Amino acid sequence: MERSLLAPGHRACAGCAMPTTIKLVLDAAGPNTIVVSPTGCLEVTTTPFPESAWCVPWIHSLFENASAVASGVEVMMKRRCKDTNVIVIGGDGSTFDIGMGCNSGMFERGHKVLYVCYDNEAYMNTGVQRSGSTPFCAQTTTTPPGSKSSGNPRPKKDMPAIALAHRVPYVATASVAYPVDLRRKVKSALQTNGPSYIQVNAPCITGWTFDAGTMVEIARLAVETGLWPLAEWVNGELTGVKKIRRPKPVQEYLKVQGRYKHLFKKPDGGDIQKEIQTIADKNIAKYKLVD
Amino acid sequence: MTANMKVVEGSYAVAHAVMCCKPDVISAYPITPQTHIVEHLSQMVANGELDSEFLTVDSEFSALSVLVGVSACGGRCYSSTTSQGLALMYEVLYNASGMRLPLVMNVANRAMGAPLNIWNDQQDSVGARDVGWLQIYVEDVQEAVDATLQAYKIAEDESIRTPAMVCMDGFILTHVYEPVELLDKERASAFLPEFRPAKILDPARPMTFGAFADPSTYTEFRYQQFEAQQKALGKIESVAREFQETFNRYYGGLIDSYRADDAEVVIVTMGSVIGTIKDAIDAMRAEGKKVGLVKVRCYRPFPAQALRQALKDASVIAVIEKDVSIGAEAGLVTDLKSSFYNSKLRIPIIGFAAGLGGRDITVKDIRKIVERAEAARKGIESEFEFLDLRWEIL
Amino acid sequence: MMEIKAGRLVDPCSTRVTKTGAWRTFVPVVDHEKCIKCSLCEIYCPEGCIHQEDGLFVPDLDYCKGCSVCAHECPRMAISMVLEEK
Repeated sequence: MERSLLAPGHRACAGCAMPTTIKLVLDAAGPNTIVVSPTGCLEVTTTPFPESAWCVPWIHSLFENASAVASGVEVMMKRRCKDTNVIVIGGDGSTFDIGMGCNSGMFERGHKVLYVCYDNEAYMNTGVQRSGSTPFCAQTTTTPPGSKSSGNPRPKKDMPAIALAHRVPYVATASVAYPVDLRRKVKSALQTNGPSYIQVNAPCITGWTFDAGTMVEIARLAVETGLWPLAEWVNGELTGVKKIRRPKPVQEYLKVQGRYKHLFKKPDGGDIQKEIQTIADKNIAKYKLVD
Repeated sequence: MTANMKVVEGSYAVAHAVMCCKPDVISAYPITPQTHIVEHLSQMVANGELDSEFLTVDSEFSALSVLVGVSACGGRCYSSTTSQGLALMYEVLYNASGMRLPLVMNVANRAMGAPLNIWNDQQDSVGARDVGWLQIYVEDVQEAVDATLQAYKIAEDESIRTPAMVCMDGFILTHVYEPVELLDKERASAFLPEFRPAKILDPARPMTFGAFADPSTYTEFRYQQFEAQQKALGKIESVAREFQETFNRYYGGLIDSYRADDAEVVIVTMGSVIGTIKDAIDAMRAEGKKVGLVKVRCYRPFPAQALRQALKDASVIAVIEKDVSIGAEAGLVTDLKSSFYNSKLRIPIIGFAAGLGGRDITVKDIRKIVERAEAARKGIESEFEFLDLRWEIL
Repeated sequence: MMEIKAGRLVDPCSTRVTKTGAWRTFVPVVDHEKCIKCSLCEIYCPEGCIHQEDGLFVPDLDYCKGCSVCAHECPRMAISMVLEEK
C-alpha cells in the first residue's frame, strides 16, 4: 500500500524540490488522474525502465509535446465520459521554451488540462544551461560570469502572463515551501472548466548550488524577498496574493546560492544586486505584497 | 458501375474510407495537397455523419502528438499530411512507432523544399523510411481507399502494433476525379475489428508509458520493432487476400506485377506513375519488346524476398523513383540492389530519379528508360541518373 | 527480481525495488520526545519516505538519501543528522 502516489526509489538528487512538488500535486489530485510529462529530470529520474515511481497512469512522449499529448488524453477521456484529472507536470525548459507552441495550442483550444510547471530556472537535466525562465544575472553553464559577463543578461520570461493572454481561466504561482497553498491551488485548478496553469518554484540543488537541507528555506526566501510572488488569477482577474509581513532584502536569497556568488565578487556585483532588488520591489508594488 | 461506384475527388474517396474506419479522433494541420482530405472529414463530423472528435491543432507536430495521447488511451486515430508537415512530425514518427501505437496516416506525397515546391514527388515519405512506420504506396484512388482500411487492420493487429502510412501521390491522386467504389460502411466494420488494446492509460490500472531505456535494454526495444515489421510482411499479404474475399479487389499484397512473367526488361516503381508505365508497356509489347513491371506496394517492411522471386528471370531492371538520396542514389534502387547482393542473382540494376517536384513522367520517358536499360545489359554506363535533365538551364 | 522485457509497459510504483538509502552519508535521527507531530518532515521529504508508524514519525532508511530537508524544516529541531557508520 503506497502512502504517496509517487513511490520512493526514484533517482532525483537528494534534496531536489521536484519530487516534493509532484507529491503535493498528486496528493491534491488523488488517484483518478493521468499525468503527462515531457522529457527532463522528472522523466529520467522517475521512470528508468523497467521501473517507475508513478502510482497513477503516466506517459512521456517527447520534450516539447506534453501539452499536445495531454490534449489527446483529455479528448479521449471526455469521449469515454470519464471525469479523470489530466495533468501535465514538466520543467521550465519544456514549458517556457521548446514546448511553447504546443502549450499555446492546448490553452487556446480550451482543453480541461492542468499544466504544472516545476520551475527550477534552467535546463538542469542536460547540465544547467540557461532557459527562458533563468532569472537576471544568474549563472548557468551557458551564461557563465566572466570579464565580459555577469551571468544571464535577460530577465525571466513572464509565463503566467502568457497563459493569461490565452484567457486561461485559472493561473497561479506557487512554491514548494508553501504546501498548503500549493495543494489548495491544485484543487482549484482541477475544478476549473478549461485549462489551468500553475508555476511552482522548485529549487535545484545541483544548478543553484546550496546545501541540500536548505531546499525549502531557499524557496521560502524567494517568496519572502518578493522575487517569487504567490499569486492567483481567476478568469483573468488577480484574486489573491500571499502577503509578506516584512520583505527581506534580496541579498539574503542571493548569498546562499552558488549561482549568484559572482555578484558578491565582481566590482559591479553591488549594482546588479540593486537591480535585482528593483525587480523584487516592483513585484511588491505590482501585487501589493505588503500591507 | 456498381451501386457504390461514384465519380468523386480522390481526397473525398479517402475521407469516406476514413469515415468507414470510425476513428475516435482526427487531428490534422492544413498543408497542400492534403487539405481536401481533412476538409471533407471535418464536414462529415459537422454533418453528424461521422462520430469523431476533430482537433484543429497548431502544427503537424502537435497533430501527431495529440494522437499519441489518444492512442495510449486506446482510441483509434487518423491524421494526414505531406512534405514539410511530415518533416515537422519527424520526432513523433519515431516516438509513435517506438511506443508501438498503431496510428494510421495518409501522406499526400509532395516534394521537399528548398526550393519550395507544392507538387508531387515521394521524397517526403521515402525520406522517412527508417522511422519504424509501415509504408504502403498506392497506384490509384481506389487503392488509396482500400489500403486505408487495410492499414488499420494491419497496424492494430496485436502481433504488429506498428503505425502505418498510406502514401498517395499529391494532386495526381488527391485532386483527381475518377470513378471509385466507395466502401460500404457495414462491410468495412465487419472487416475491421474494434480497436481494444489490453493496456491503456487508465486510473484503474495505472501503467507507465514511455519510460526511458538505457543501453542494457534499448537494443531489444528496437529489435522488437524490427521483428514486428518482419511479421507485417505476412500480415500485409493476408489482409490483402482477406480484403479480396470481402470486397473482391486485390492489388497485390507486398508487390504486384504487370506483364512481367517473360519480360526481359523489368521496371520497378511505386505509386501513380504505374498507370503511365502500363500504357508504355502495352505499346512496347505491341512492337515485340519484352517489357514488364513490378510494382512495390509495400516499401516498409521491404519485401526483399518477394522482389527476388518476381525479378529472378529479368535480364535487366530499371528502377524509377520520385526521390533522391542526395549524395548516394535513391531509396528504392539502393534497397533493391542490397536485397540482391548476397543472392545468386546477377542482374544489372539501374536507377532513375524522375518526376521530381511534379514534373510529368510521359510514355516517351518510359521508352527512353527502357532503351537505357537495354543498353545496360551490355554494360552499365551509369548506375543512377536524373531523367530528362534540362541541360539548357543548368 | 523484476522481469525485464523490452517493449513491455512499466508497472506502477516499481522504483521501490531500488533502495536509494545506499546513497546516504548522514542519517536522520528523530527525537520522539521533541516531536509535535506537525508532519512537516513527511510533507517536505522528497523521497516520501517519512511516515507515522504507530504514532511516531519514522524515516524509511531503505530509501532515505540523507538530504536533511526534514531536519532543517523541523520546527522543534527534533531531527538530527548523524554520520552513518556502514
